[in-house]
Amino acid sequence: MRSFTFIDFVSLLSALRWTVVLVVLALGFGAPLGLGLATGRISRLAPLRWISAAAIQVIQGVPLLGLLFFFYFGMPVFLGIQVPALVAVTVAYTLYTAAFLGDIWRGGLEAVKQAQWEAGACLGLSRWQQFRHIVGPQALRLSLPPTVGFLVQLVKGTSLASIIGFVELARAGQVVSAATFQPLLTYAVVAAIYFATCLPLTLWSRSLEARLDGSR
Amino acid sequence: MALVEIRDVHKKFGRTDVLNGVSLDVEEGEIVTIIGRSGSGKSTLLRCINALETVDAGEIHVEGQRVHARMPDLRQFRQRVGIVFQAFNLFSHLKVERNITLAPLLTGRIGKSEARPLALDVLARVGLADKIDAWPEQLSGGQQQRVAIARCLAMAPHLMLFDEVTSALDPELVGEVLKVMEAMARQGMTMILVTHEMGFARNVADRIVFMHRGRVWEEGPPSKLFVRPETPELASFIASVK
Repeated sequence: MRSFTFIDFVSLLSALRWTVVLVVLALGFGAPLGLGLATGRISRLAPLRWISAAAIQVIQGVPLLGLLFFFYFGMPVFLGIQVPALVAVTVAYTLYTAAFLGDIWRGGLEAVKQAQWEAGACLGLSRWQQFRHIVGPQALRLSLPPTVGFLVQLVKGTSLASIIGFVELARAGQVVSAATFQPLLTYAVVAAIYFATCLPLTLWSRSLEARLDGSR
Repeated sequence: MALVEIRDVHKKFGRTDVLNGVSLDVEEGEIVTIIGRSGSGKSTLLRCINALETVDAGEIHVEGQRVHARMPDLRQFRQRVGIVFQAFNLFSHLKVERNITLAPLLTGRIGKSEARPLALDVLARVGLADKIDAWPEQLSGGQQQRVAIARCLAMAPHLMLFDEVTSALDPELVGEVLKVMEAMARQGMTMILVTHEMGFARNVADRIVFMHRGRVWEEGPPSKLFVRPETPELASFIASVK
């Protein structure tokens, strides 16, 4: 047994790297998919609306832990393929991110008045041009604060990946705690690191909210 | 051939008959004002003319072309028919210049270098050239509506539709918008307006169309309609708005 030292702190910090990697992967794959779901929800084609709505409902209705288990433990059973932890975790967080961002962005798109689409249509713009140049940018402004807010959820949510053995910040905390037998101190440090990561995001979200208060 | 030909148009919303066999011709260069009580189908008729609504029966032709929501060149058609709404509907995230030049640029009507001169030109026609770099929210309602008119003018439409464009304005701001529309009328623009501004209808319109129960109830030059209404419905409407 040894006590908690600076080295442990550094190892926790370096595990934060994997938390960040997870967040980046989840956003990188999840955001485009979320945009697809959001636009699917407001599509003129009813089947697209149904599929997007169902996807969002199902993913939001399943605990994140369930998604992780399904892709890590479930895939070998159902499909007979062993999935590396990183892949399973990436897929699970991608779907999770897509569902929540899709819903946030759908709200933003719906908050832009129908008359804005119509004004674009009356000037001879295509539906895509109306979205790209008129409704999309306004929806983005409206959605930015809750989007950053979700980012905070995502950062903290990555701690669940530790349960299937993926070594990120929370899992590193378990390792250090087991080695030092100082769980309270270790987890307090882990919590502080999460807090320090999320605080700037929270502040950013607040300032965006104040700046983009829906006017203009 | 009239610029706009409306033949026996019917339109229902749910089970309500909004348009009940409307026929109307508008000649090139003509100013036609549609008046009537709310719910008489005026705005719906206007929205049918540029295919924002689809007619259930009957036909609308503009410049000889049959209008409907699935017409193959709907977008080109809408570039030729401008519409201004009661609620202005400026793009709030874009400055005045970009509000005006967005559609001409995206539809390929003009190149990048022509954008600002075009914006200045149409803004000058509505008396707002100095507001080219303003945000919509910095403008009064009357100014916003004039920018909306300028935005339509930038597409060089052959026909302009105005849907109660002064109804959302404070009384003291109505005049500046009407003046712009009067100037357009003098320049020969074909205009169809739905309005409650009886003074404007009387002084500027070539023809007044009184709609009632989804029909053209009575029509004619303002001198006749306002002075000698033939139907009791029009007489009572005129008395109620005086």
